[in-house]
Amino acid sequence: MDLSFGPEYEAFRDGLRAFLHRHRERAPAGGQLMSGGSKDAAMLSWQAALIEHGYAARTIPKQYGGYGATPDPLIRVILDEEFARAGVSAGIGGQGPDMLVPTLLEHGSEDQKQRWIPATIRGEVVWCQGYSEPNAGSDLANVQTRATEDGSDFVINGQKIWTTTAHVADMMFGLIRTEPDASKHGGLSYVLIPMDTPGIEVRPLATMTGHAEFNEVFFTDVRVPQANVVGRRGEGWKIANTTLGHERSSLAATGQLEAAMARLVERMQAETVGGRRAIDDPALRDRLMRLQARLLAMKYHALRLLTCRVRGEPPGAPGSPEGSAALVTKLAGCELSHQIAALGIDAMGELGTLYGGSKHERAGGLWQFHYMFSLGLIIGGGTAQIQKNIISERGLGMPRGPRA
Amino acid sequence: MDFGLTEEQRMLEQTLRNWLSEHLPVSRVREIAARETGQDPAVWRGLAELGVVGLLVAEEHGGGGLALLDAALAMQSLARAAAPVPYLGSSVLAPVALALVGTESQRRSWLPGLAAGTTQVGVALGELTGRRGDTNLRIDGGRLAGSTLFAIDSGAADAFLVALDRDHLVLVPRDATGLGVTPLRTIDRTRRVAELTFDGVVPTEWLGGPAGVAGAGARVLAAGRVAVAADALGAAERALEMAVAYAQQREQFGRPIGSFQAVKHLCAEMAAELEPARALVWYAAYAFDHRPDEAMLVAAHAKAHLAEVATGIVRTATEVYGGYGFTEEGDLHLWFKRAGLDRQLLGGPEAIRVEAAALQGLA
Repeated sequence: MDLSFGPEYEAFRDGLRAFLHRHRERAPAGGQLMSGGSKDAAMLSWQAALIEHGYAARTIPKQYGGYGATPDPLIRVILDEEFARAGVSAGIGGQGPDMLVPTLLEHGSEDQKQRWIPATIRGEVVWCQGYSEPNAGSDLANVQTRATEDGSDFVINGQKIWTTTAHVADMMFGLIRTEPDASKHGGLSYVLIPMDTPGIEVRPLATMTGHAEFNEVFFTDVRVPQANVVGRRGEGWKIANTTLGHERSSLAATGQLEAAMARLVERMQAETVGGRRAIDDPALRDRLMRLQARLLAMKYHALRLLTCRVRGEPPGAPGSPEGSAALVTKLAGCELSHQIAALGIDAMGELGTLYGGSKHERAGGLWQFHYMFSLGLIIGGGTAQIQKNIISERGLGMPRGPRA
Repeated sequence: MDFGLTEEQRMLEQTLRNWLSEHLPVSRVREIAARETGQDPAVWRGLAELGVVGLLVAEEHGGGGLALLDAALAMQSLARAAAPVPYLGSSVLAPVALALVGTESQRRSWLPGLAAGTTQVGVALGELTGRRGDTNLRIDGGRLAGSTLFAIDSGAADAFLVALDRDHLVLVPRDATGLGVTPLRTIDRTRRVAELTFDGVVPTEWLGGPAGVAGAGARVLAAGRVAVAADALGAAERALEMAVAYAQQREQFGRPIGSFQAVKHLCAEMAAELEPARALVWYAAYAFDHRPDEAMLVAAHAKAHLAEVATGIVRTATEVYGGYGFTEEGDLHLWFKRAGLDRQLLGGPEAIRVEAAALQGLA
C-alpha cells in the first residue's frame, strides 16, 4: 500500500496545475450537475485547448481528433482531482464523449468513426441516449420502438423517455427493434438518429424537482438510413451493454460527495435552532459523524477499485463478498448522496423546506433539489432493486431470478 | 499509487487461513472456548511459530517488524475463524504500547516473550473508554486503588497493562500483591475479559517512567480500535459468506431460498455495507503508521462504522438462516456474539462518534 503517486505522475499534475493557472481567466466554471449540451464559443475553444494538451479526449486516437495517449486510470484521477480543485470545467462530457465515442471505437465502421468521433469530442455534435421507454425501464430489453424497412431506409415509430439533453441534441444513439421476428434481446439494433429528422418531437419531462432535467422523445414515421446502424443488425443489446460499461471513474463521484459533505458541515455550523448551532445538537452531530465514516469508506473503496483496474485484477473471486466490491458502488454511493442531502434539510428544519425562491431559502433550495435529484439517481441507471439483483447474482453467485 | 494488499500480505493471509481451517475448525473453537482460560496453549504456540503472534514486534526483539495493517489482516482472519486467542491484548495493544512509550529496558524485558507467545499481557483501557459505574481507579498514597472493568484477554495473562488515565500506563504482574482478577462472562466465549481490583498494589513499572507520556493512551487506543474494527470486519464477512452458502442449500417451496429476491436482496445489502467498510479498515491501519495527523480520527470512524456494519450484518445473516440461525447448533451465533462484543470494546459507536466530532473541533 502506497498512497503517493510517484514523480512521473506528480510532474503531470504540476503541468496541469500550471496550465489551469495560466488559463484561469478563460476557463468556464466547473461543477455542472448535468454536463453536455453547451455549444457556446468559450466552451468549444476551451475544449479545443484541453484536447491539444491531452487534458480531454486524452485516450482517443489521433486519427479521430484525440490526443492519442494510452489509457491510464491514475492520470484520470489526477485530471478529476485537479479540475475539481480549480473549480474549472473539465471540458465537454455527457453522453456523446463518454458513451457513444467509446462504443464507436469498439463497434463502429471506419466511416462512422471518421464522421462522428472528431466532431463529438470537439463538442460540435451533441448526443442524447435513447434507451429507456415507458415500458422498458428495469426490463430494458423490452424496447418497443420499432423500425420497418423501406428500401435502404428504416422508418421508426415509438417513444423514448428519460432522454437528457434531447432538447439540445443533434443526434441520438438509440436502441430500436429492427427484427420483429427475432428474440427479445436479439431483435434490437443500435441506431444513430439525426434529431432534426421530420417526425421527431421532443417534449420536456417535468420532474418532482420542479425542473425538466429529462425529455420524452416521440417518433412518427422517422426515416433513417439503414447505414446508421452501429455493428450488425440485431446486435444492439450487446453493443449497448458495452456502452453501459464505459462509466466515468467512481472517484469523480466521491469527489462530489466530499464537496457535499464540506457544504453540510458549513451549513450545520451556520444554522441555529433555538439559539443553538445545528452542529451542537447531539443527535444531528451523531448523524453527521455516521455519514462522514461512510464517505471515508466510499472514498477508499473507490481507491481500492482503482488499484484493481491499474493492476488489471478483479477485487475478489466471483461468489465471494469481495467479488461484489465493484458492483456495490452505485447502490452505496447514491444512497449516501441522498442521506447527506437529508441531513442538510433536517439541520435546517422548517427552513429546509423552503424552495423555489422563497424568502429565507438557503443556497437556492439546493438541499431539497439534491435530496430529490439523488432519489432520482437511486432509481435511474438501474434501480436499487436491480442493483441488488446484480450484486447477489453476479457478485455473490446466488441463483438468477426469472428473465423473460 | 497503490491502495491494495501486497503479494506478501495475501500470502501471509492465505497461510494463516489455511492453518486456522486445519487447526481451528468450529468444533475445536467450541471446545476451547468452554475452558476456563478460553485458550489452548498449542494454538497460541502454533500461531507464534507462523510469525502471526509477534507480527508487530520489532525484529530486534524477535518479532516480524510489520505494520498495523498486517496485524489488522491477521485479526480479520482470526475473527473469521472465531479464534479463541488473546491477539488484541498480547499481539496488538501491549506491543504497540511498549513500542510507543516503553523504555528500552521495558521493551527488552517484555517484547521477546510477547513475540514468542510465551508471555501474555491483558490490557485494561477501561478508564479511557466508557468507564462504567464507580470503578474509581486511582493512586492513593503511592499505591493503586479502586478497580477497572473489561481487562482484555485476561484468560491466561501473565501481567496486565492498565491505563490510569490518558498519559499513564502501568504494567502489573498477575501475581502482584493486592491485585484481584475476577473473570467476567460476556456473550462471546471466544475471548476473555476480567475485572481488576487493586487493593494497595505497588506500581513498579510505569511505561516510559512514573511521569507518564502525554497522549500515550490515545495512540494505543487508536491501534486497538483499528484492530477491533478488523475483527468486526472478519466476523461480518464470515457471517455473510455463511448466509449466502446456506441460502443456496436450504430449500423451501421446492427451491433454494437464495433464489427468492427477498433473501437475495438481504445478501446484496450486506455486501454493499461490507465492501466499502473493508477499505475503511485498510485505510485506518495505513493511517496509523503513515498519516499520524489523521490516525486518531480515522481509527475512531473505522471502529464506530464497523461496529454498526458488523452488528447489522450478523443480525441479517441470522435472519437468512431462519430458525436454524437461532439454534445453538447452527454456529452462526459465534460470529453474532463476536461482533456484539467488538461493537462495545474500546468504546461503543455513539461514544466514539462524540470523540470523532471533538477531534475535528465540532464538539
